Amino acid sequence: MAKHKISVTINGAVREAEIESRLLLVHLIREDFRMTGTHIGCDTSHCGACTVILDGNPVKSCTVLAVQADGAKITTVEGLEQGGKLHPVQEGFHEKHGLQCGFCTPGMLMTTSALLERNKNPSEQEIREAISGNLCRCTGYVNIVKAVQYAAEKMR
Amino acid sequence: MIPAAFDYHRPGTLDEAVKLLSSYGDQGKVLSGGMSLLPSLKLRLGSYAHLVDIGRIPGLDYIKEEGGFLRIGALTRQSTLERSDLIRTKYPILADAVSLIADPLVRNRGTLGGNIANGDPGNDQPAIALAVGATLVARGPKGERSIAANQFYKGLYETALARNEILTEIRIPLPAARSGGAYAKLKRKTGDFAVAAAAVQLTLNAKGAVDRAGIALTNAALTPVEASDAAKFLIGKMPDDKTIAEAAKLAAAKSAPGADRRGSVEYKKDMARVMVTRALRKAVQRAGGK
Amino acid sequence: MSEPRTDAKICGMGHSMKRKEDPRFIRGQGRYIDDHVLPGMLYMDIVRSPYAHAKIKKIDTSKALKIPGVLAVIDGPTLAKYNLHWMPTLSSDTQMVLPIDEVMYQAQEVCAVIATERYIAADGVDAVEVEYEPLPVMVDPFKSLAPGAPILRKDKKDKKDNLAFHWEAGDKADTDRALAASDVVVSENIYLPRIHVASMETCGCIADFDTAQGKLTVYMTTQAPHAVRTVLALVAGHVGLSEEKIRIVSPDIGGGFGGKVPVYPGYVIAIAASVVIGKPVKWIEDRMENLQADSFARDYHMKVELGAKKDGTMTSLKIKTVADHGYTNASANPSKFPAGLFSICTGSYDLKHAFCEVDAAYTHKPPGGVAYRCSFRVTEAAHAIERATDALAQKLNMDPAELRMKNFIKPEQFPYKSVLGWEYDSGNYAGALKKAMETIGYDALRKEQAEKRKKGELMGIGICSFTEIVGAGPSKQFDILGIKMFDSAEIRVHPTGKAMARFGTKSQGQGHETTYAQIVAEELGIPAAHVQVEEGDTDTAPYGLGTYASRSTPTSGAACALAARKIRDKAKKIAAHLLEVSENDLEWEPGKFSVKGAPQKSKTIQECAFAAYTNHPQGMEAGLEATHYYDPPNLTFPFGSYICVVDIDRGTGDVKVRRFVAIDDCGNIINPMIVQGQIHGGLNQGLAPALYEEISYDDEGNISGGSFLDYYVPTSLESPSWETGHTVTPSPHHPFGAKGVGESATVGAPPAIANAVVDALRHLGVTHLDIPITPEKVWQVLKNKGVAE
Repeated sequence: MAKHKISVTINGAVREAEIESRLLLVHLIREDFRMTGTHIGCDTSHCGACTVILDGNPVKSCTVLAVQADGAKITTVEGLEQGGKLHPVQEGFHEKHGLQCGFCTPGMLMTTSALLERNKNPSEQEIREAISGNLCRCTGYVNIVKAVQYAAEKMR
Repeated sequence: MIPAAFDYHRPGTLDEAVKLLSSYGDQGKVLSGGMSLLPSLKLRLGSYAHLVDIGRIPGLDYIKEEGGFLRIGALTRQSTLERSDLIRTKYPILADAVSLIADPLVRNRGTLGGNIANGDPGNDQPAIALAVGATLVARGPKGERSIAANQFYKGLYETALARNEILTEIRIPLPAARSGGAYAKLKRKTGDFAVAAAAVQLTLNAKGAVDRAGIALTNAALTPVEASDAAKFLIGKMPDDKTIAEAAKLAAAKSAPGADRRGSVEYKKDMARVMVTRALRKAVQRAGGK
Repeated sequence: MSEPRTDAKICGMGHSMKRKEDPRFIRGQGRYIDDHVLPGMLYMDIVRSPYAHAKIKKIDTSKALKIPGVLAVIDGPTLAKYNLHWMPTLSSDTQMVLPIDEVMYQAQEVCAVIATERYIAADGVDAVEVEYEPLPVMVDPFKSLAPGAPILRKDKKDKKDNLAFHWEAGDKADTDRALAASDVVVSENIYLPRIHVASMETCGCIADFDTAQGKLTVYMTTQAPHAVRTVLALVAGHVGLSEEKIRIVSPDIGGGFGGKVPVYPGYVIAIAASVVIGKPVKWIEDRMENLQADSFARDYHMKVELGAKKDGTMTSLKIKTVADHGYTNASANPSKFPAGLFSICTGSYDLKHAFCEVDAAYTHKPPGGVAYRCSFRVTEAAHAIERATDALAQKLNMDPAELRMKNFIKPEQFPYKSVLGWEYDSGNYAGALKKAMETIGYDALRKEQAEKRKKGELMGIGICSFTEIVGAGPSKQFDILGIKMFDSAEIRVHPTGKAMARFGTKSQGQGHETTYAQIVAEELGIPAAHVQVEEGDTDTAPYGLGTYASRSTPTSGAACALAARKIRDKAKKIAAHLLEVSENDLEWEPGKFSVKGAPQKSKTIQECAFAAYTNHPQGMEAGLEATHYYDPPNLTFPFGSYICVVDIDRGTGDVKVRRFVAIDDCGNIINPMIVQGQIHGGLNQGLAPALYEEISYDDEGNISGGSFLDYYVPTSLESPSWETGHTVTPSPHHPFGAKGVGESATVGAPPAIANAVVDALRHLGVTHLDIPITPEKVWQVLKNKGVAE
């Protein structure tokens, strides 16, 4: 099986890799690029722990082949903080206790940061719909909603 | 969780893609959004030596009304459909369904073409294609051909597409005046396939009686089910509660689901009836009826 | 304790301090097991049985071993050479690590592939060919216990049945008499199906045996690292593993909830592989393995009988349970309590006669039992009594709130000795229920329900007033594999007045790095921000039994306070020395000793700390530190009242939770924000089994619910907007009056929701529905009663 040379822009930096066709994007990120903030929580594309931003849209990186992402722009949780300044969603999750074990958190942060790009003032229902592809077992979702509302207000 | 090894190809044109598929035969598979194919490869259910990624072929991502049809490119993402004002205002049957497909993250990758061409009776849009009388346009080695939706679905994961044909466009007739459509879906939770779901598209005449109707069911058999008896029954009648109830009964009779976690056969059949009822009521309302 | 005693800078108890662990998690800098990479690390993946019961005829590894990068395949016979093919369970039963010739549940480990890369290990697993001869499958625990049933545990030489254990509590004859003498008896068969906690991170480890040093380090998803270390030393001592050369590191854990307490075969195989190969071996299970093979929870078939006088006074309770334990008893229960704390089943009520018994059956299913935030079977006990209570209210045509109020143990009865032997430390059940009713607007809801009923609309109100029992536990009664269930705290104050605190517990998201720091801040006045909390590394942490069953605050939290008080006592001596007064002349406020009557003469705790190293009294040891091993005198008894409102779709049977009010009482609260977060999470994990989650098996032992495709974990759209509140009834025996709280909501929510649905259908004559209450179950009722849409 042939290997493929790919190039992605991840968190603003160009990275290259030579990989198998079957390599999942989440493994490219975690193992080849050693960015372990993006997590794996299931094997049937349900949990969303692997969510990253791919060309502007939050997607499940476990269900994208790394080769499909050749040439793409990717943002992971490690790319949210800019110049030592936390992204408002990161602040919101901390202020409103939107995380406990932290495992679903990077996925939640990517999904919600993308939501706030599109929708500056989401309602509770809109927030719940946006994160409905991200499972959480610890928080019961209430504080995640509050965290996003906090971030939205900060960004307005 | 890890797929078996395969070769990956990313053709830049449809012709190239068709050529590749022709050479790989049953070892080749089209990769579009990947939201159905990749999960099955990760579980090693079925394997292909060659994936042909059509995701970057230009000119297959569009939503436009032209020549009497709504024409949607096969590579149009579900999230694009979801955000389309045109779909939301003029094609509510599609708008109803799209926000109930999987979850928002999956919809950022999944394509209409994949949902239509997958041949999985659990996918939502095939039933819609049947209900609206859509035409599916495919490109193959001999060029382009059009296939009526009700000729498209042959069996479980089996469509009228040959191994070396690619679905390029979905064409939906422009709705006539006094038309309405709706999609009603019952599911156990967000992200699950339907327990039962119904797609309804109808047109009323000036008196308010049903002029044309299309009713189809999702996840009710190995292919999407066209409830033609129920649709025929409605023609010429005023769509009051009694008529709707009878049509829903007829439609549910066509449902032949399997029992699983989502429900028993009996429950699923009755839910087909309930979903048809609700979709009919909504479609009638949108058509300007009661 | 309403207002915090300390200011925001010190941030002791009662402050909603933002979490100290957050900064790394929100940046994606958490260090979970799979994030660790060691030099030369290999990957392990497991071949699993598709059959629930089968003979292994042949394992052909030839194709697998030909794959470049596959180094070895480890099977049962290999481990048998080292007598490691079987291991003890935490309940003193035995469990296969790898089988020799027979598998006993679907997804059981059969052999393990070791490879240089993760993807190659997966290919290796796919290439191993196993020949099975399917054997008859026993999946019905009743059939398993019936006389003449085929014996499952042929490995147990003298076993003549499939009874894993029989356990009982109370006086059977007395209870039978009391039931017979009751005016009214309700009887319900209640089944709580298998469920799986499915924390977002699955289980895994990196076993790293350093051949030169003879030292084994295991990075492991474990809630009880010290217990694991000791068990390993006992089990594998004969192959050279010695406890002083075993280090268990439990780093950041992505949720535990009890699922990361058992020692799974995967860990042991990885350890064996590392010992043999001399390289680190990483094993991370995928989600399907996690759901299908790791410890389940519940699977209790309960026959509940509740007797009462016709005025509603409860008299007697009898519960007979058949417990499906899978093929071996691997549940992590205290040794004297194989059915956990099930005898809390008299709940919040002053029942004078009670008896409960549990018969545990072996079946061809995975082992486990208490791995879903259940507080050692309290979820089962609470479900039984709270469902029965509502059934009783229905039979007497009494309002369920009124019936509860009538039977609650009254505040003046505490400490309350229950007829099944527990001494409840404190409670105010009526207070919690009253608050819940006021918060939700109970009377108005009942009016609304009556009006809706006239129109044929289905709306239900469900109450659950539970008593929890946590903090295992006093050494007299509690041990796991003989290790007593104390817990520990070690606090060290540095010269510059900052502190390090280590514990025998292990947080998996509960916020210990914050809450323990707040306890130290409360006791010593050192700002919580200056207290570094560590857990989980057995090389440095004091010995403890870990975090599960809501035990950390009751045990290690107490140890923390008492260790801090020892430090304060020593600091007082130092202060007296510095101020040249007697200790009796000093008074304490958080962070400072001052002279009585001359408050300007004072020494801060930081000054005392510095002096401990630079100017301590002659004859006193230098340093300012203390360790405390806390043996709790009793368990603690948090409680609460939950009220749930549901609306039912008459066409589909779908149940929508319209509102859910949870009033909890966990005594004095360390961090209100964190407690509320625990309640939110627990409510979601109570909603899940009530309406969605279920694992079941067909007659061949094939699982349903073995992946997220059909194991329905609620998303943000299934989960309602939880409303929470609290009352505060301190524990009289705990050093700062606190009780545990982590599992209260998973205990209280399912009965509240089940009661609400049954309440919605009560006028149709429905008295009980088993959870999960699926739309189909409701639809079936509606159809039978002729009210379906």
